Amino acid sequence: MTEVVRRVRVRCGLSRSSPRPWGVALPPVAFVALFILYPLALVLQQSCGYADVFTSEGFRHALWTTVWLALASTVGCLALGFALALVIAFVPFPGAKAVARFIDVYLSFPSFLITLALLFIYGTTGIVGSFQFLTTPWGVLLAEVTYFTPFVMRPLLAAFSQLDTAQLEAASSLGARAPRIVRRIVLPEALPALAAGGSLVLVLSLNEFGIVLFTGAKGVTTLPMLVYSKAILESDYPGACVVAVVNVLVSVGLYGLYRVVSRRAGA
Amino acid sequence: MNSGIRFDSVTVAYDGNVVLDALDLTVEPGEVMALLGPSGSGKTTALRAVAGFVRPVSGRVFLGGRDVTDLPPYRRGVGMVVQQYALFPHMRVEENVAFGLKAQKVAKGEIRGRVAQALDMTGMAAYARRHPRELSGGQQQRVAIARALAIRPGVLLLDEPLSALDARLRSGMLAELARLHRELPDVSILYVTHDQVEALTLADRIAVMDSARLRAYGTPRELYRSPSDEFTASFVGNANLLPVTVGEEGVFFGGRRIKVSGQAPGAADTLCVRPHLVGLGDGPNQLEGRVSEVQWRGATHRLYVDVDGHRVMADVRELKDPPSHGDAVTLHFAPDDAVLLAAGGSHD
Repeated sequence: MTEVVRRVRVRCGLSRSSPRPWGVALPPVAFVALFILYPLALVLQQSCGYADVFTSEGFRHALWTTVWLALASTVGCLALGFALALVIAFVPFPGAKAVARFIDVYLSFPSFLITLALLFIYGTTGIVGSFQFLTTPWGVLLAEVTYFTPFVMRPLLAAFSQLDTAQLEAASSLGARAPRIVRRIVLPEALPALAAGGSLVLVLSLNEFGIVLFTGAKGVTTLPMLVYSKAILESDYPGACVVAVVNVLVSVGLYGLYRVVSRRAGA
Repeated sequence: MNSGIRFDSVTVAYDGNVVLDALDLTVEPGEVMALLGPSGSGKTTALRAVAGFVRPVSGRVFLGGRDVTDLPPYRRGVGMVVQQYALFPHMRVEENVAFGLKAQKVAKGEIRGRVAQALDMTGMAAYARRHPRELSGGQQQRVAIARALAIRPGVLLLDEPLSALDARLRSGMLAELARLHRELPDVSILYVTHDQVEALTLADRIAVMDSARLRAYGTPRELYRSPSDEFTASFVGNANLLPVTVGEEGVFFGGRRIKVSGQAPGAADTLCVRPHLVGLGDGPNQLEGRVSEVQWRGATHRLYVDVDGHRVMADVRELKDPPSHGDAVTLHFAPDDAVLLAAGGSHD
């Protein structure tokens, strides 16, 4: 295999010893630098010297709200996604395939669509009545769990379809009931998929904007909302840049932490 | 001990497609019964009905005299070993073996001893701390057997347990299984296989399955020496099946009169002779033909001889000077060694 790779590299002039690799690598590197790194650097530069944003009450509140909402959404999605994926994969019912396919489609929906639907049900003029909770962080949490759960289910369903049913049958014939089989056989096998889905949800919900905007949650200000209001409503671009940089750092930091933890857990 | 299995007219169907048709079969306590048949014959379905993974549409399954038809798998207490081992990959060998004991709430202090005992029995004690991926196929299968035996089942279900192993390992494992059964004489074993050698070697009785039905059953010797139909004759051991006519004057094969010792079962139309009972040269029941193929198999030569358009196989001791393609040869077989098979029993 590696021999094949080496030969292809040599033939294409990509060998390590070849003098030409830079000629091939330069265009994509230049593209990345020009269109991604340069704007990021500008944001970083703009944010320098505006440390007073950190001391404001609004910023600290937004930071806290962002982090706990993202963590809670991730936990909620993992729990709900695992339960739903278990049912779809292992409980034979008519239409299980159709449900699994619908999840693929669901992933392509825009996030505000779910929020809009929730407004119709729970909103002030909704079907169920005027629960006020949609405008609270709990409403945002509900919407995020609803929207992001399929992102966990997708990798889980793929993992479950790979699971050897003979293992489940062996466990069953050895005297294990369903809860023990799920806990001792299915869950350990699903850990990598849970890690993949969970990290995706964590990053997406940290940076979620549409759902928070659409719930009209005045009391819920997350970092992306803060960036938006500072930049667009208050024209405070340096302030917005500071918050944006913090948002990026929190995203990368939490994601890194999550990977370390899930790797420790054997995923 | 809930030893012994009884199938009472067990029928299994998927979407109206009958995969097991009214199976009546009893496996005595301590008996090894081989279910022998080609794929799709219903043998695995029968085993899964005992384990509780398929639900019969009619009929009952008994384990040790107890009707278990409506019991879920986890309450049947049968040991099961499958072709691909189905070990739990993230657990060490000892955890795999302990799994059933924990599930059945065996006292903690007792588990360690029983795991050690099961691993000793299968010769895997030295591998207790390994993970399944660190073991060879044969070792994994030993662990799977230890795991099934640890719960001390009255019935052990083996579903093609040796099919994933190479030939040399297979004969070693066959001897191991025979030894295990001697050590556990009360355990009934249902052994599903498509390999006649495994069935002949290990089984006290063989049940031959074909097209969802039980074709024949009996001791390996009975089925081999006097098969009841063509399918059984060709599936248990090799067989020359020659079309014959049976009348007042005797048995005829292509105009030759054939002497047969046994009685013809009603309207017989096929003669079965095992290839190793066919000799080369003059003798009783001579057949003249031309050699169409010669295979050297070390200790024996297998000759394919064309006799009036019918292919006759003869396994003879290694020849110093074997005939070659196209040579005229004479074959013979003793009247004792030929069996007449009932008409209409053909598999097609």
